[in-house]
Parts: sequence; C-alpha cells; structure tokens
Amino acid sequence: MHRIGVFVCHCGTNIASTVDVKAVAEAAAKEPGVVFSADYQYMCSEAGQNLIKDTIKEKNLTGVVVCSCSPRMHENTFRKAVSAAGLNPYLLEVANIREQCSWIHKDIKDGTEKAIVLTRAAIAKVVLNAPLVAGTSPVTKRALVIGGGIAGIQTALDIADAGFEVDIVEKRPTIGGKMAQLDKTFPTLDCAACILTPKMVEAAQHEKIRILSYSEVCGVKGFVGSFKVKIKRKARFVKEDVCTGCGLCTEKCPMKRVPNEFNLGMDERRAIYIPFAQAVPKVAVIDPDHCNMLKNGKCGVCAKVCSVGAIDYKAQDSFVEEDYGAIVVATGFEPINIDAYDEFAYSQSKDVVTSLEYERLMNAAGPTGGKLLRPSDGKHPHTIVFVQCVGSRESDGSPKCGKSYCSKICCMYTAKHAMLTREKYPDTEVYVFYIDVRTPGKGFDEFYRRAAEQYGVHYVKGMVGKVVPENGVLKVRAFDLIAGEQLQINADMVVLATAIEPDKTARPLATLLTASMDTNDFFTEAHPKLRPVESPTAGIFLSGACQGPKDIPETVAQAGAAAAKVVGLLAKDSIVCNPCVAHSDEKLCNGCSRCERVCPYGAITYVDKEFKMPDRSIKIRRVSQVNEAVCQGCGACTVVCPSGAMDLKGFSTEQLRAEVDAICK
Amino acid sequence: MQKVMLERAKALLSDGTVRAVLAWEKGDFAYDTTPAVFNSAERLEKGFVYSPFCGANLSKYLIKETQKEGKILVFLKPCDTYSFNQLVSEHRIKRENVYVVGVECKGMLDIEKIREKGVTSLISASWEGEQVRLVTADGEILADSSELMQERCLCCKSKKHVAYDELLGEEGEVLDSNRFDEVARLEAMSAKERFEFWRGELSRCIRCNACRNVCPACSCEKCIFDNPDSGVQNKAAADPFEENLFHVIRAFHVAGRCTDCGECSRVCPEHIPLHLLNRKFIKDINELYGEFQAGETELPREPLTEYKADDVEPGVVYERGAE
Amino acid sequence: MQVNNSTGSKDVFRPKIVAFCCNWCSYAGADLAGTNRLNYPADVKIIRVPCSCRVNPLFVLQAFQRGADGVIICGCHPGDCHYTSGNYYARRRMTLLFSMLDFMGIEKGRTRVEWVSAAEGAKFADTMNDFVSTVTALGENRRLEDLRCRK
Repeated sequence: MHRIGVFVCHCGTNIASTVDVKAVAEAAAKEPGVVFSADYQYMCSEAGQNLIKDTIKEKNLTGVVVCSCSPRMHENTFRKAVSAAGLNPYLLEVANIREQCSWIHKDIKDGTEKAIVLTRAAIAKVVLNAPLVAGTSPVTKRALVIGGGIAGIQTALDIADAGFEVDIVEKRPTIGGKMAQLDKTFPTLDCAACILTPKMVEAAQHEKIRILSYSEVCGVKGFVGSFKVKIKRKARFVKEDVCTGCGLCTEKCPMKRVPNEFNLGMDERRAIYIPFAQAVPKVAVIDPDHCNMLKNGKCGVCAKVCSVGAIDYKAQDSFVEEDYGAIVVATGFEPINIDAYDEFAYSQSKDVVTSLEYERLMNAAGPTGGKLLRPSDGKHPHTIVFVQCVGSRESDGSPKCGKSYCSKICCMYTAKHAMLTREKYPDTEVYVFYIDVRTPGKGFDEFYRRAAEQYGVHYVKGMVGKVVPENGVLKVRAFDLIAGEQLQINADMVVLATAIEPDKTARPLATLLTASMDTNDFFTEAHPKLRPVESPTAGIFLSGACQGPKDIPETVAQAGAAAAKVVGLLAKDSIVCNPCVAHSDEKLCNGCSRCERVCPYGAITYVDKEFKMPDRSIKIRRVSQVNEAVCQGCGACTVVCPSGAMDLKGFSTEQLRAEVDAICK
Repeated sequence: MQKVMLERAKALLSDGTVRAVLAWEKGDFAYDTTPAVFNSAERLEKGFVYSPFCGANLSKYLIKETQKEGKILVFLKPCDTYSFNQLVSEHRIKRENVYVVGVECKGMLDIEKIREKGVTSLISASWEGEQVRLVTADGEILADSSELMQERCLCCKSKKHVAYDELLGEEGEVLDSNRFDEVARLEAMSAKERFEFWRGELSRCIRCNACRNVCPACSCEKCIFDNPDSGVQNKAAADPFEENLFHVIRAFHVAGRCTDCGECSRVCPEHIPLHLLNRKFIKDINELYGEFQAGETELPREPLTEYKADDVEPGVVYERGAE
Repeated sequence: MQVNNSTGSKDVFRPKIVAFCCNWCSYAGADLAGTNRLNYPADVKIIRVPCSCRVNPLFVLQAFQRGADGVIICGCHPGDCHYTSGNYYARRRMTLLFSMLDFMGIEKGRTRVEWVSAAEGAKFADTMNDFVSTVTALGENRRLEDLRCRK
C-alpha cells in the first residue's frame, strides 16, 4: 500500500503568484495513494524540510513528492531531508512547477492546471520508485591540468601544494601562455614576466608537478575519480632530458626566416628554436615545417653543434595513457581573426596592429627591443590611435560574425598602453576611441582616470569608421559622439583592441570531455553563480578564460578556486556513484550483444550462465551484466534491447510510461 | 535437386557428421510443406521434399536445435542464409553446432496465384528453366514462372549464399532488385492516401501473431507482446490504434536486423503486406545511412547500434516525400 | 512568435504536447527559459530523462495512443552529449521512427526532435512556441489515437 506525501511550495510568490498552490495540494490529495498533501511557504527552508521529515514519521510515508523549483536546484536538498527521516532518498520526486510552470505562464488558471498535471506525473512516478543504494568508486589521487598558461600553472601549483600529483599538458613547447607575451600588467604596471616566470620555474621544480609540454590530450575515457586520458606527445626532435637549453643550435641553424610566433610574426626565428628566454622547459624544438634536415635530409647543423647530442631527427609522436581523478580545463583564449574588419586597414598597413602585437612592440624582448617603432619603416610614431571593441559587443547575427559579449580586458589594457606610451614618449599624441569605458575592478577606474587626466590621453567617445593608409600616414576617420562632429586624424599607428575568444582547441576538447559549452564556445559552469569553477560534468573543473573573458587577477582567483575543488575531490578515497544505472533482467536477456555495442562506457559484459529450467534441466545461456560502478545511466542500452531485458533504475520504462499516461490523461 | 539433397543428407547422417537434418516435409497437399527435423534416413526417404513450395525459412529453428548437442544439417536457400548470418551475429545460433548446405532456389510459387489461374487438384510442381510444370489430376500445365511466383521472389535480392559449409546446385549472384518500388509508390502518395492504405490493410489484422512467430529476427526469449510487464502485452485488436501500435513496434524492433526475407507477409492469413513496413526501414537506412544489408556477414554490424557524427537530422523526414 | 495561451474558452483547441528533455542540456535549457521568464504555452509538459537516447519509440507511440497531439524530444546538440554518443543513437532512432509514422500517413508535424543546450533558454521557448502552433494547426490527433481514450 502506497502512502505518498505531497508538499507544494509557494517559493514566496515565485510559484504562488501564477499557480494556485492550495488547488494543487487539494488536487494531489485526491490522487490514489496520496495520504498527505499540503502547501508551504518555502519547502527548501529548514522549517519546510522539517515538515517533510515530520510527516514522513507521522504518516509513515512510502514516497514523497515536492512540487517546487527545478530538481536541478533542490533535488539533493530534499533527498537529504527524506533520508534524514529514514526513508530511502530515491523515494522522492520533484515536480518542477517553478522554472517549467509558474515562471513561464502568466495566467493563473493555465499555471494551476499545468502544475496539477506535473504533480500527477510525479505521483505516478514516485509510486513506482524503488529504494536505491548508491555504490562507491575509488578516486585516483592525481589531477590533470590542460593548458599551461597562468591559469593552469596556478591551479597546478595549488593542487600540488596540497600534496597531490599534477600533470600539466601544454600544446606549445613551453608553458607560460598569453601572459608570457604581455609587457606590463594593469593596474599596477608590474612587468608580466617578472611575476610569471618565477611561477613557471616553481611549477617546473615542484616535485608533485610534471609538465608535458608540446603535448595534446587526444582521448578521454572514464568518469569522475577514474579518468583514463590519452596524451599525444608531439615529436620535438630534441631529447628533452638531454638538452641543456644552451641555445647554440638556435644561433647556428641556417634556416633563419621562420616567422616567430612568440612575437606574433613581427620578427623571425630559426627552424630550431627556444620560444623565449625564460621558456619552461628550456629545451629547443625543431619546427618540422621549416627544418631542411627533416624535409629533405640536407643539413644536420644543429646535431653537429650540439655538444650533448640532444638532437634526434628520427623522433616520432608518441602516446601515453595516464590515470587521473580530476581534470582541470585551462585552455585560455585567443584574439579573434580580424580579417573581416578591413575598414581598419589591418591587412593593408603594417602600422595597424592588434593590442597583443602592440604589447610585443613595447616589450624589451620584443622585435624592436622595447623601442616603440612603426613596423613599416622603423620610425618613431608621433600620433597613435587606439580603437576599442573591435569584434566585441556586436549585435547577434552581425555580418562580421563578431562577438556579442564584452571581452572585458580591453578597456584596461588600452588605458595601460596609452599611459605607457605617453610616459615613455611624451611627444606622442594618443587617442582612444571607445563605446563605453568599463572599469569595474580594484583600482581600475583610478587607473583609467590617471591615463585620461594625468597622462593627457585623448579619450573620444565614438567608433572609428575607416582607416585609409596614404603616403605612410593612416588617415583615421571617426565620429566624436559628444562633440557631434566628424574627425580625421592623421595617425602613424593604429592599435585595435581585438575581441578575445576561447582557444580553438577548446571545442574538440569539450567533446572529448563531454563537458558542455555555451554558444560562444566558452565552457559552461555547473551553476553560473554558485558553482563557477565546475563543469556540469562531474570531475571536470574550469580555470581561467576558457570559462569566459577574464583578467589576470580574476584568472588567478578562479585557478585557485578550481584547485580547491580538485583537492576536495582528491582528498576522498572514494566517491558515491549514481545509483540510477542500467540493470539487466537475465530471464529476458537474449544475449544479442546490442546493448554492449551502444554502451559508451564499456559497462556491459556478457557471461554464459546456467539457468534451471522449469523441467529441472540446466540450460546455459549467454546473458548481459552491467558493471554498476562503470555505468553512468544514459539508458542507450534500454532502447536497443529488443526483449526489454535492459532497464534503467530511477528512469525505468514503467516509470516513464506512467508519466506519459499521467500527462496525457 | 531433391534427389541430390536427399542423398547428401543421408550420407552426412550415416557418417555421423550430423545428428539430424532440418528440412522441409511433405504435407497432405503439394503446397503445404512444413519445416521438420529428420533424425533418420528412413524418415528422410519418407517425408523429405524440396519443391517450389518450400518457401519456409529454416534458420529460426536453428536457435533451438543448435542448443542441443551435436551438429544438425540445415538446407538454406540464398535468402535464408542472410537470416542465418544475422542470428549468428546475435549469438542466437551456435555456429559450431550446424552444418549448412546451401541449395539453389529459382523462386517459390504462390498457391493463391495458381488457384487464380483456375488450376485445381495440384499434385506437384517443378521448375523447367524459366517455366513451371504443374502436374494436376487433370493433366500437366506449363506456365510462365513469373506469373506464379511469390511477390518476394519476383523481386529477389540475392541468389548468392552468404553462409554455407557446402553448396548444392548452381550458385548465383546478388541481384539488382526492384524490391523498393512498392515502398516508393506509397511514399509518393499523399499522407491521407497512405493513412487510408494502411488502415485498409492493418484493420484486417487479427493479432494471430503468425508474423512474429515466423520472423527470424523475432527471437526474444520472451517477446514484449507476451510480457505483461512491458505494457504492450498481446491483446485482441480492440481499436484501430492497436494494430498500428503492434506493427510499428514490431517493425521497429527488427529494424536494422530484418534481412527482408518476407516470411511475415507469406504467413499472414489476412494477406497484409507487412514486409512493406520492414522494407520502408531498410530503404530509409540505405538512403540515410548508406547501403546496408542485414545478415550479409556474420559481423555484428547494424545501423541502429552505430552512428556517424554527421548523420542527417530527424528534420529530413519533413523534407522527404509528399505531404 | 508567441501563442496566446490565456484563452480559456472551450472552443479553442488546446493540444496536448509531451516533451522529453534530457537532464543535462534540454531540461536545463527549459529551466533557463523559466529563469528568464520566456513564455511558451502551458500545453507543453516536460518529462525528464537522463539522455535523449533513453526515449524508447514505444513512449512516443504510447503518448499518441493516450491522446497526445504532439511529441517532441529534446537533447544535447550532436557532439555535446553528456554521455558522448546518446543523442547520436536517438537521432537515428527518431529519424527512422518519424519516417515510419509519416509512411503510415501520420502527420509529420506531430513529431519533432530539437537540440537545445543548457544555454539556449530562448531557443527552448521559441521551439515550444513553434511546435505548439504547428500542432494546433494540425488539430486533434485522430490517426494514432486509442479511441478508448475519448470515452
């Protein structure tokens, strides 16, 4: 005999304003099996939970239905309450009458009718719920961090400091990421390299951290606590453990004309190179696209000059498979491709540069040795125009496919560029064209005002319409929205504050990790406010700009938060599994193997099993068995099973059919 | 052919290669042959038959027979071998317990068509090249086989055996069949016409389950239609929906596994063209996911347990065919 | 597009719509539609499933049998399935099932599969508005209904 209790939540007025909660409770009371039905102000409050607990005991309930917000919000809260009263936590169902009812309907009659149907469906399901007991699965006490920028480095250091082993997988030959390319950092103007490189070295020397540079994740299996990750170690053609990083080879290599990606192609490197002076690991790497020895077997200079014999032209890509308990994504960002913004003449003039290029032009290790010189003729520029929001804050469906979001960091780094330029070269006029200047952050607005007020940077509200290169001058046409007049500025350089987007490798990686992404390819959080560093996929954590545009302090803060979550997971010896897993009825199983073929986790195996037949004879039959620790409960097997032997606990065929019936009634 | 087969069966039985023979047995009339297991030369001599009325696909019987100890000999026509492979791939037949003798098939006759021709008192029938010799109590008739053959044989997909231990008679080729023409004709109709067509056909269904019982793909230990827990347990067709439900579910259950042997339509006492439902799935699979013939090999491959990342979206259904 | 759902008159046909939503993407997308107060008709009732691949064609048929006028299945976008491959299987199954229903003369507009991510609250609401208006235009489901339902 079922004894179901139904609890209808008002959620203040969130539900009660468009759903007649009393009517819902009354309708529920009439459903077969329901012995208690009531409405309450806030079911998730302590008093609300106590109401559930007390009623379970008083009425000896066999099942509980809470009509409230989404089960994604409070299912766990109510499960705990149910469990505290001695009832199995899986004898609870939540009817979503807020997100999927009261919040979308304006008419109280409509809302109430729908809420009653949803409640009925939940009652129909709960009477078929079976008590489920969650198993446990062990946790591999190691973490993987994908991406070796400041986010990845910080996360790895924090995890390692807590005593767990961490591997950093970085696709480039060195860690450091975008921050290594920056000159100074706002709003304090300390040198990026000075604060980053000590962290890079600390990571390299940490006994718990292993850096797998020039490597990529190419396969992920398993689940939270026990991931198996396949990592491709790209051939470097230089033995990492032998090379001393002396750099002789990079001076002697005859192949001199390779665009240097570290300086964004504004100068050249050799075919064998060390990305930059403070690279970690400081090991040379051969670029196979440009090395003559690798391309046609004619050269071998680097091998001849290497005193330790580190060069290995025969090296091949290799693959390693490692076990991890948690994975942190720290894949960072890239500036967008600005080919579509030709009105700014980026492709027509070398003197139109992106902000990141400008960053290199200002840097002492950059292509100009830190002197601000025009890329076209090497002369000192006297007028510089900064254009903000290039590709950011565009309306959806803009023809240029720009980004609808604000890239967040541009206002501040443009203020920094403008300020540094005026400080070093007071004879240079600096104009900044902006839509809005956004400076929320500690010391940010003061910084911007210093640029505008103390350093005499000309801030002009308005967008640049066109840049025309003419006789070595960039004619910048713009509109000053406040003065309401057309402007033409003859500039020597134009700097574009290019929008940033997630790294291109993020999307395929998200597919491997089965982690979800938003429409802009930023990773989504488990909850936008309350769980910002976790992916909805258990065991996957987010660090840095892969989750959304961020500056360095925010990135470091999030990196630490992600590390804390990882440590919290790795500190456990085992984790509780989801008990809603597949289950095979051996009596019905035909042994056809269809379920085994669709299982994404390899959770199904077949065994030959003896069965006692009605006539007492023994029959050996091939039947499927589900490994409950491995099954993740997707249910793919339940539908391919022709005989209906495979079912899913918690979402059984019978339960789902009962819901269909209740809704269609 | 019958003689060669009989001799071979007796030889394999006597040298102990096989313990029994699964074949067709003579009935009271020439056209009502039935599948049977023969365990002695004497029984074979007395009852064995291979005639243009041996349409029954014997593969399904192997599910039970190969559970027993020792080998059984089975005669399989080309189309039967596809079902055989499919069942092997699903671990339903123990391949090591069966000795397959592939036999040539020139197409099976439809007794209804013979009756429509006004032929009565049929004693026997045999192939003679492209023609069929019918022996009746009133004498002999030579008729064009195409006029008397079963529909499924007129659009035969293959004369090639895809599984066998030995072959008797001539081996043929996979044919370029026009078997999807009828499906295409229906697809070209309006939705209303199709609905009327299927109501007309399916409303005759008496839920005798013959289609399911004969189907080699319907080999579940316990069919969902017999299982009270499944929610779709067998009921008399109480209203139009029941027949739709039954036949769509059944067709879906065998989709991707159905070899298009056509047994369902052959045994339907109401002559409902059930094979058209299965063929619709096959045609869709071919068109949407690439040519696929269930049972072509013993490899466990089938379209509904596979996918491609760039598969068509379900919306494709809205764009195809007439409204 | 928005369907006016405040008309309570009995003459107006209000379809019964069953929506199967996967827990990880579409159900979350539906929640987001609610959080953003995006309106869609109350005719849509959502059943939560772990993955679109949990939806048995049988459930779709049963919904029609019991009097549903339209059935929609929502899952993660292809490639984004929480379980890697579930929606790929669902996609093949539902394509074939819908094609079969069409072959039997059932109106095509009564069935739909739509991929809605957790971030696409607006898409969820738009999809439901559009589906409800399509089904409303088709009218009551008669071709696939168990007539005993109407008693």
